[in-house]
Amino acid sequence: MTIEHDIARDAGSNVAPSTEETPVRKFSINFGPQHPAAHGVLRLILELDGELVERVDPHIGLLHRGTEKLIEARPYTQNTPYFDRLDYVAPMNQEHAFVMAIERLMGLEVPMRGQLIRVLYSEIGRILNHLLNVTTQAMDVGALTPICWGFEEREKLYVFYERASGARMHANFFRPGGVRQDLPDALIDDIETWCGTFLKQLDDIDGLVTPNRIFKQRNVDIGVVSKQEALEWGFTGVMLRGAGVAWDLRRNQPYECYDELEFDIPLGVNSDCYDRYLCRMEEMRQSVRIMRQCIDRLRKTPGLVLTPDHKVSPPRRGEMKRSMEALIHHFKLFSEGFHVPAGEVYAAVEAPKGEFGVYLVSDGTNKPYRCKIRAPSFAHLSAMDWMNRGHMLADVSAILGSLDIVFGEIDR
Amino acid sequence: MNWRLSDEALTALAETVTSGSNGLVTSAAVAFGELSVTASADRIVDLLTWLRDDPELQFHQLMDVCGADYPARPLRFDVVYHLLSMTKNRRIRVTVQTDEDTAVPSVVGVFPGAEWFEREAFDMYGVFFSGHPDLRRLLTDYGFHGHPLRKDFPMTGYVEVRYDDELKRVVYEPVKSVEFRNWDFLSPWEGADYAKPGHALPGDEKAE
Repeated sequence: MTIEHDIARDAGSNVAPSTEETPVRKFSINFGPQHPAAHGVLRLILELDGELVERVDPHIGLLHRGTEKLIEARPYTQNTPYFDRLDYVAPMNQEHAFVMAIERLMGLEVPMRGQLIRVLYSEIGRILNHLLNVTTQAMDVGALTPICWGFEEREKLYVFYERASGARMHANFFRPGGVRQDLPDALIDDIETWCGTFLKQLDDIDGLVTPNRIFKQRNVDIGVVSKQEALEWGFTGVMLRGAGVAWDLRRNQPYECYDELEFDIPLGVNSDCYDRYLCRMEEMRQSVRIMRQCIDRLRKTPGLVLTPDHKVSPPRRGEMKRSMEALIHHFKLFSEGFHVPAGEVYAAVEAPKGEFGVYLVSDGTNKPYRCKIRAPSFAHLSAMDWMNRGHMLADVSAILGSLDIVFGEIDR
Repeated sequence: MNWRLSDEALTALAETVTSGSNGLVTSAAVAFGELSVTASADRIVDLLTWLRDDPELQFHQLMDVCGADYPARPLRFDVVYHLLSMTKNRRIRVTVQTDEDTAVPSVVGVFPGAEWFEREAFDMYGVFFSGHPDLRRLLTDYGFHGHPLRKDFPMTGYVEVRYDDELKRVVYEPVKSVEFRNWDFLSPWEGADYAKPGHALPGDEKAE
């Protein structure tokens, strides 16, 4: 508003342009909440000195749904769907942290085949997330084609989600003790075929974006985070690895069968937006590598995907029709749910955006007493203020893009 | 899973933390493969500084700060800090207790990343943090009253919003929708009050 007003006033006055430099007044503008580069519903109050950003005040909470409050009022199994709706770009990774917290409290073991399916779908989630992020970041700085190419591949991955769980996005596929159901062989074959074609597609996107002059101008040396700053502000994931800190929970605190799989962890050197983009591109290739290993092992590892303990996991439908005990188990699980021993745990997974943690307090009943969701984007967005200081207005969207935020998990 | 410390190693670490902290840590417990310690709220800044700077511990990263509400206690709120040491590959949980009026010293000076986490805890529970640079509400609506994650805050809240076509603006009204149905899932055989001695079912007094 202010800019237009000033321009209108200047145009209206007939004063001859003076040779002196006119003093520029500081003004603040509203970025969002409906700005396409705000990646959701973010309202930024920017204080500008000319085109230089002096202060950024993010106003969040426009998508606050009170997930943590809702979780306290429901039995454990009814809460997994809420986790799909946090970071809705990679739903299963969130479910993973929650079911791991429950498993830790109850001392449940996940069968190997269940672990492999979990890892396979977590990596699909990572590719879903990174594809969205790198292509929308390219769009934020002006490139329109990559997003069309990237979304074609994301569409195929959603079909894999659908074929496994019945839902394209909000899968509700992970259960305490394993996953909902086994994958059909045809699906495993199709995922393997996809892995081959995707790498070619990724190379195409790489060739289009990585050497692009405008993309480099907008991202190189923008949003630099030093190692020290990244640690102080609780950065995780690509934001931390982009700063050159070799920390990946899949490698450093391995869960499921990640310690038996081979993959590399790309690190950034200059810790700017461009390096973080490069890290994400390489992580997608590594994810494909992990997926291929999982597929190999899935073919050699038949067996259960869900713990056979029917005090936790429901019996199959066919069994229910024949066995009285199975019927009782089913009724108890879907009315009262199961009771979780009292105690508190913090379970964290390496979600595509960083460390996604669930702090779960149980009081021994069938509902969580407290469930705090530690979202990686939340910590990253809190750094918006100092990361943007001294940058130009146009860099705000580049930095925001490389932070990789999703408002489902920030606002909860 | 070899990165995960055994319970013995965790107990030893708990010993180190308790004895080395000069009384900053009031108790330590190991459960579910995790180390939790408690401290008194007014010395939390000293404790976190020590945990961060001690060369044996090196908890350089604050992953999370959150509140929790236990209305039955005199000090009803917990403030829980989750720390991570990347160099030693360990985690620790620090819990302090406070009530509605007593402020907890802010740890923004030790870990700048705590700023938003403390704002969120203030917003959700009404825990005050003294020395916080900018303690505003974070997640709730502009002009919101109350602290939604407190156990005595109703699930449906107090007000609902809608767009009024006549006034051409968003209006706030008291909640009219049905009350949130909170099922009593506990079976009488497991912990419900009326199954315990002294809480008889209606009519039980006639039998006595």
